Amino acid sequence: MKVSRVLSWVVFIIGVLYFLVPLYATLEFSLRTRVPFAAYTNVLFKDPQFAGSLLYSAIIGIITILVSLLIIVPTAYWVRLKLPRLRPVVEFVTLLPFVIPPLILVFGLLRAYAVGPLALTGSDLGLNILVVAAYVVLSFPYMYRAVDSGLQAINVRSLTEAAQSMGAGWTRILITVIFPNIRVALLSGAFLTFAIVIGEYTIASFLVRPAFGPYLALLGHDKAFEPAAVSIISFGLTWMAMGMIAVLGRGSRQRIQVAGAR
Amino acid sequence: MSFLELTDVQKRFGETIAVEGFNLAAEKGEFVSFLGPSGCGKTTTLRMIAGFEQPTAGTIRINGEDVTYRSPNKRNVGMVFQSYALFPNMTVADNIGFGLKVRKRPKDQIRKRVDELLDIVNLPEKGSRFPYQLSGGQQQRVALARALAFEPEILLLDEPLSALDAKIRVALRHEIRSIQRQLGITTVYVTHDQEEALSLSDRVVVMSEGRMEQVGTPFEIYNFPTTAFVASFVGTLNVLPGLVTDAGKGELTIAGQPVRLEKAFEGNLGREVSVALRPEMVSLGSEGGQNRLTGKVIDVSFLGSIVRIRIGLASGGSEPGPTVILDEFNEPTLTLPQLGETATISFPQVGPLVLEAKAAVQSVEELIAEA
Amino acid sequence: MPFFVFSALFLVLPVSYLVVGSFQDSVTHQPTLQNYIDLTDPNIVLAYSTSIEISLVTAIGGGIFGFLLAYAVILGGLPRFLRSLLMTFSGVASNFASIPLALAFTFTLGLQGLVTKLLLDGLGIDLYSKQIGFSIYQKLGLELVYLYFQFPLMILIVAPAIDGLKLEWREASENLGASSRQYWQHIALPILLPTLMGTTILLFGNSFGAQATAYQLTAGLVPLVTNLITAQISGDVFHNVNLGYALAMGMVVIMGISITGYSLLQRRSERWLR
Repeated sequence: MKVSRVLSWVVFIIGVLYFLVPLYATLEFSLRTRVPFAAYTNVLFKDPQFAGSLLYSAIIGIITILVSLLIIVPTAYWVRLKLPRLRPVVEFVTLLPFVIPPLILVFGLLRAYAVGPLALTGSDLGLNILVVAAYVVLSFPYMYRAVDSGLQAINVRSLTEAAQSMGAGWTRILITVIFPNIRVALLSGAFLTFAIVIGEYTIASFLVRPAFGPYLALLGHDKAFEPAAVSIISFGLTWMAMGMIAVLGRGSRQRIQVAGAR
Repeated sequence: MSFLELTDVQKRFGETIAVEGFNLAAEKGEFVSFLGPSGCGKTTTLRMIAGFEQPTAGTIRINGEDVTYRSPNKRNVGMVFQSYALFPNMTVADNIGFGLKVRKRPKDQIRKRVDELLDIVNLPEKGSRFPYQLSGGQQQRVALARALAFEPEILLLDEPLSALDAKIRVALRHEIRSIQRQLGITTVYVTHDQEEALSLSDRVVVMSEGRMEQVGTPFEIYNFPTTAFVASFVGTLNVLPGLVTDAGKGELTIAGQPVRLEKAFEGNLGREVSVALRPEMVSLGSEGGQNRLTGKVIDVSFLGSIVRIRIGLASGGSEPGPTVILDEFNEPTLTLPQLGETATISFPQVGPLVLEAKAAVQSVEELIAEA
Repeated sequence: MPFFVFSALFLVLPVSYLVVGSFQDSVTHQPTLQNYIDLTDPNIVLAYSTSIEISLVTAIGGGIFGFLLAYAVILGGLPRFLRSLLMTFSGVASNFASIPLALAFTFTLGLQGLVTKLLLDGLGIDLYSKQIGFSIYQKLGLELVYLYFQFPLMILIVAPAIDGLKLEWREASENLGASSRQYWQHIALPILLPTLMGTTILLFGNSFGAQATAYQLTAGLVPLVTNLITAQISGDVFHNVNLGYALAMGMVVIMGISITGYSLLQRRSERWLR
């Protein structure tokens, strides 16, 4: 097996180089300012839009997570317990966001809700609603998979029957029995959704939202060093989110969720 | 020269010694079992014969050739894995023929041989099925066929029946043995089930904690165990605490009652020893032998062809005394004793073994506590 | 069920709007197939073929190297911790938001990029010179960038499949006399093939639908379907919105095929391994 081990190292090192060099280049560029770390301080402390857009995206992210949870968890629960025949349908719907890239989605949203009784594109509030809705849809595949595998791991049926035999009603079961036990799955789905929302560009920019993604793009056009700094920061944030998921997932057998390109 | 020889084989994993001092000479066509609890080293030894582990000391010879360090795909041994390890992407026929395909035999020869084997293992029409379409017992038979297809010199089986239902296990193990007899192939069979080992083998190697405890025919192992471990592991055993009165005359007391054994043993007056006694040696009533003990009936269990009765002997103090298990053949005319009744039991002077006190022997109670 | 209501409102409705719109003429709002016929415009065909080409290249390239990388850390004899490191990193990288990614590569291989400069100063190789004619803002450069999220995606999906290759299969094949190469040829690769192919197809769809990165780097320079659609929504080039719908529909069809292919192949391999 000696030869293959050398090959493995070669492959690995090529991979490492490929992945790390661009990161390093970004880092290096961000430090090329005359005053060291100037790009970072400029962005972090002097640019109100940085904090502003980050805050906006964070809030949208949290709202998205909550809405998504409220929709997905009961649905996954019911499908598992009562309506297993609906399972393929639900899975299909949750796969749709993969088939329909954000670009198309936002295109459709813009057109569908531009005029007529459901006009939402006129107002800030309307647009915010649209953006949350779009992100929720985007989060379906990951949330559903996470919640579903969490439910599978805790043998939902038995738990529910035990709770029912002791007299609990549906809401109580959901709140006190189900939610706490799939906490890990929920959290990992939540972190992933958060990471997606923070970094998302397409939908945010077309709906003209002051989100983090468009902020970055704008920055890239105007300034030189700052975008590099922000890239590094956002990379760091994503890494932290993933790290949390990995730490949380250590105890249970969760699959690492996968996202696509945007 | 024997067909399969293991000489002073040792396997060490870092600091831990998994197998030590393993010596075996098996004849051609012999069926040898490695019997022992989990972790005793039996599977490790088997894997060394197959070539998946390399001994840290000792040699392994097959048909005179030293194969100790030969890679597994160059030995001519066939292995049946505990989990069958059938290749999921191939049909049953392809699985069985794989060994021949690798040896570049012509296609029609392979086909013929595969059909032969499907017949031998009793799966005549199943060649085009995939493993996931078969039951556990069927998969196991395919695994066996696959291991035999290329006519290996030795057949190795690693707890092949442990994943199956009890009834299938019994049926399948007879099949395995009869196929083995038919083909006359030297076989090593690893198991923790002593019933399997005893009923199938020409010889049994009992192992514990990496060492060989005893090697012998099933008859020898069962009736003449040489160590406490073998005595307790193989079959049910009563182990009764005793106090020596006169070792030279074979006299001692059990629960305060006098007992005499034919063979003299070692020990000074008052020394604690253990007496090992098979349930079938003990009888209810006074006709079973010279030694008699009295106690109370604690339990009567109906095991099908046997009725198992537990008698609690009186103890000196507050703790319950030792329990004696005895087996009586089930007959419709049997009058079963009542719980709580006083009863007399008897056993002969020949047969019981004296072992070291507090020997590493586990009673049923201890096993339950550990489970 | 709120789930279905939500999906209907925000997923199905917009999409059906697009579907319907693609069959309509933008001026007269009459039903027509003209938009689809217009798809045969050479510019558009070029965009589709370029997108397809890039997606193929990055899917296959990403698939092969991603698989090799996953194999290296799982079965290739590398220290155990490298595996979890790679997995976490892949999780991050596959999520690495597209704008920073585009920027990062500009910093690396752009005109003023680090590696570009290194090669120039150190080895005298000018990437952007006429002979080599490389540019991060062109097709090849884009492919290089796309690989950054293709590799991790492949790794994350393939790793569990490699895990699923039970050790006993390897031992059984050795026991039956097979060499390492024969093991891979007859057993391991066939078992992995559905997953590998399925994931490659998934990568294809992934690449096809990438918008932000593509636009950031190549807007106006490289004809891509996503660039065209972006232009549509921004109202830049065409004023034929319905054509945009048709474009979008073409994309949906392609993505749909890719996802279906992936699901079918996954199901097949799951059946074997039951």
